[in-house]
Amino acid sequence: MFNFHVAIIGGGVIGSAIARELSKYKINVIVIEMGSDVASGASKANSGVVHSGINSAEFSLKARFCVEGNKMFQHLADELNLPLKWIGKLVIAKNDEEINKLECLKNVGIKNGVKGLKIIGGTELKKQEPHISCVSGLWVPTAGITLPYQLTIILAENSIENGVKFLLEAKVKDLKKKNDYFLIETNKGNFQSDIVINASGLNCREIVSMIEEPDFNVYPCRGEYLVLDKNYSSLINSMIYPVPVVEHGFLGIHITPTIEGNLLLGPSSEYINNPNDKKTTKEKMNIIFSEAKEIIPIISKKAVINAYAGIRCKLSPPGLYKQVDYIVEESKKTPGLINLLGIESPGLTAAPAIAIEVSNIVSKSIELKQKNKFKSKSNKRKRFSEMSTEEQSALIKEDNSWGRIVCRCEHVTEAEVIKALSNPLEAKTFSSVKYRCRAGMGRCQGGFCTQHIVRIMEKNFNLDIKNIKLKSPDSKLFYGRVRVEKGD
Amino acid sequence: MIEKSVDIAVIGGGPAGLASAISAKESGVKEVIIFDRNSWSGGILPQCIHDGFGVEETGLLMTGPEYAEKYIKMAEKIGVKLLNETTIISFNKKREINAVNKNGIYKIKAKAIVLAMGCREKTRWNVMIPGDRPSGIYTAGVAQALINLYNILPGRNVLILGSGDVGLIMARRLKLEGANILGVVEILPYPSGLPRNVVQCLDDYDIPLFLKHTITSIVGKGRLKQVTISQVNENLRPISGTEKRIECDTLLLSVGLNPENELSKVAGIKVDTRTGGPIVNQDFETTISGVFACGNCLQVYDNVDILSLDAKKAGESAAKFIYYQKNKKNIQLNMGQTFLNNIPGNGISYVIPQRISKFGDIQLTFRVKKPNELSNLCVSSNEKTIFEKELLCVNPAIMNKINISITKETAIKSLEVKLNDG
Ligand SMILES: Cc1cc2nc3c(=O)[nH]c(=O)nc-3n(C[C@H](O)[C@H](O)[C@H](O)COP(=O)(O)OP(=O)(O)OC[C@H]3O[C@@H](n4cnc5c(N)ncnc54)[C@H](O)[C@@H]3O)c2cc1C
Ligand SMILES: Cc1cc2nc3c(=O)[nH]c(=O)nc-3n(C[C@H](O)[C@H](O)[C@H](O)COP(=O)(O)OP(=O)(O)OC[C@H]3O[C@@H](n4cnc5c(N)ncnc54)[C@H](O)[C@@H]3O)c2cc1C
Repeated sequence: MFNFHVAIIGGGVIGSAIARELSKYKINVIVIEMGSDVASGASKANSGVVHSGINSAEFSLKARFCVEGNKMFQHLADELNLPLKWIGKLVIAKNDEEINKLECLKNVGIKNGVKGLKIIGGTELKKQEPHISCVSGLWVPTAGITLPYQLTIILAENSIENGVKFLLEAKVKDLKKKNDYFLIETNKGNFQSDIVINASGLNCREIVSMIEEPDFNVYPCRGEYLVLDKNYSSLINSMIYPVPVVEHGFLGIHITPTIEGNLLLGPSSEYINNPNDKKTTKEKMNIIFSEAKEIIPIISKKAVINAYAGIRCKLSPPGLYKQVDYIVEESKKTPGLINLLGIESPGLTAAPAIAIEVSNIVSKSIELKQKNKFKSKSNKRKRFSEMSTEEQSALIKEDNSWGRIVCRCEHVTEAEVIKALSNPLEAKTFSSVKYRCRAGMGRCQGGFCTQHIVRIMEKNFNLDIKNIKLKSPDSKLFYGRVRVEKGD
Repeated sequence: MIEKSVDIAVIGGGPAGLASAISAKESGVKEVIIFDRNSWSGGILPQCIHDGFGVEETGLLMTGPEYAEKYIKMAEKIGVKLLNETTIISFNKKREINAVNKNGIYKIKAKAIVLAMGCREKTRWNVMIPGDRPSGIYTAGVAQALINLYNILPGRNVLILGSGDVGLIMARRLKLEGANILGVVEILPYPSGLPRNVVQCLDDYDIPLFLKHTITSIVGKGRLKQVTISQVNENLRPISGTEKRIECDTLLLSVGLNPENELSKVAGIKVDTRTGGPIVNQDFETTISGVFACGNCLQVYDNVDILSLDAKKAGESAAKFIYYQKNKKNIQLNMGQTFLNNIPGNGISYVIPQRISKFGDIQLTFRVKKPNELSNLCVSSNEKTIFEKELLCVNPAIMNKINISITKETAIKSLEVKLNDG
């Protein structure tokens, strides 16, 4: 059996960021992910905000990793050609009482080392956000937005280029500590590794309990979102947040522009029993919509093009109105097991900083020698729809599949779908295509492109119609042929 | 970049595009090109393999592909150019069109444009159905294309939401392919598709129709497993305690169509929020001069026959527009200033054209809001009734047409089309 130096359980943003950090060194790393692609958990279903650090408790790991992570994002985005926009965030106050709270937030922010905080009002506010109803706002210039699933995918793909192995649709079923290594049992075979990194998100307790008695609990907390059509993107210029109500234990329903020009409304916050229960509910849809409408009165329900939910991995039980900090450490009972527990928001922002912390922990037991040929850059993925006419023409001349539009809403070409399906992770679901090139992500939600993508999957990638999946291993799309084809 | 100029550019090669192009050509226009992103002409028709097309127009009962074939042959014969696998990306007020196909990027200058982009199906999110997000949820039209064009079976145990025509036809189609149809669920107290389709697609096959019901939950982690339906009250709100769980692997949505007008909006054409299509005058001219609209991108038609007839008029108007422009005739003659706005009044959901800029006999198309045995239709201008008619068996699924005469005396500012109660 092959022995890895490090096995990472979970290909979310945390597992992928760690994989990329470790891929700088001369060690063998494997990432084991049970989904059909990376970013199958919380990392694809969140607000996509690169947080500033004003909301995390002073002196907490959350605050430290958030502020550090935030500072690393621009460099990461430059290296990996990651979409990132520093659009800033505005926390709005609707009355005098809330204005006081803005002051408190500002003070926490300053203590956490957040720069540029400023309280604005009157005409300056109206000029900046003409469609918002509020009296005053805390301006947070260091908050940005990114594409969370794309961040995860790019981190994972760049790790692969640097020698990390990713195993998809592989669920860790058991974990045993042998003398000086771990035995990892999965549905895709068993693996050996010196160090195991538990980056399994909501399953972090389940993984720990395979090997020792956990001394913590995980409380899944669902957050639902509504996605609005691109036609509404011009309504706001920055992220708009209400003043957080401490008793609610979350940031409140806010409005976030996405990199792609949609608006996200949400998330709600609701403790649930089943950590896999990602359903959306009529009740929350209505609440989200009406709370968002209080902030931007002119939005309409007709604008909704999608709804989804993400599950927060909380260590704080319902009713405890206090932040419980991240746990990022090597297990005291099981040396070699590095746990990442309770990585809820701002986990996306914190990911690059957490990755460095974990790499430091790893370096205590394994010597980390820099690779000579670490490929830090990934290629620019410019979309057809963003190119100049000259660029488009040149590409079509080279390969005419650039001239075939398969997604009518986002103007994605056949060449882009083929490229998305040729990804180094070998992820081949509909969602893999969607998250890599946006086909199927627009207003019609796949109404037009489904048949084209199926054709490409069959023709160019020899996929059997019965094995084509929407997203997870058990999400098959079709039941086979209707009739025998001529020549079959 | 490939530069080109053309007399009339038709966007969309479905029945509307074909009919308008043929009539423009018949009116003497030299070069008419139809652009379509599909690799075939005929739009949605090639996937509609059931019959029922062309009866009103020709007296013949044709299938969708047969009807399309007839028009494609006519178009080819008369010299309309069909450019397929070509997507129009945008156009502007100057009638310059950007297009792309496998030969490159095109910039096309057109003397007139006819919009015939058809429509899109509403999705799960347009009607906000909560629940899980498993595979196995398709819009009815996508399922129809999968089965009829791509030979792919989307599912076996199927529930259908929405009793529009596409939903009804797909119930029968899947049944014929051996699927188990668990029912058609409709929120309204009456089916929204044509009565003949209810009989021929559901009754004949013993498929249950759940009226006054809606879907309240969807369950399934990977593939769809279960759907909950509930009865609704008069306000269309689910009544708790009436939930019924239905095990199924497939849910088809036939919850309405939206005219496809992304291009029109980007160009700056005004769109009627009631129809979802461009605001037009009696000549099907949109709010951009020289750009005409027809077919399902103008309004969702019930059948192709009337659609083709209207589309022909749009094609003729486009031809006239070019003629007047060329001969520098006073444009007021035809496409003049709007002097009348048409307003849907009591009981009416929309009226087309929305604007009138010409005197004479004008055809008004409208839909009622609710079915009714007998209603009194009234068109008034400045509170004065200028037209009245008894309408028998009106139904929102069936489009109504009337001809009215517009004179200087009768028409002042706006026309209101309404139903008088009683
Ligand atoms: C509603 C919501 C909004 C948020 N908004 C923001 C935000 O705006 N900004 C921000 O910075 N953060 C935000 N966060 C937090 C952020 O999304 C998370 O902190 C981050 O995604 C956590 O990443 P992860 O890799 O730990 O978890 P995940 O992405 O959940 O990854 C864990 C992975 O482990 C895999 N796995 C689990 N068990 C096994 C097993 N046994 N075998 C193999 N694989 C396994 C899972 O399939 C999954 O892919 C938000 C979170 C939520 C829920
Ligand atoms: C399931 C179903 C059953 C039906 N049954 C009947 C029936 O029994 N009897 C009957 O009379 N009618 C029936 N109809 C209605 C009839 O098919 C439609 O009314 C008719 O096809 C609409 O014609 P159209 O030309 O407006 O649109 P479409 O047929 O939809 O054509 C529009 C075309 O425009 C193209 N297009 C759009 N945007 C662009 C762009 N940017 N660039 C290039 N091309 C573009 C599209 O690819 C498409 O080919 C049925 C419809 C459906 C869906």
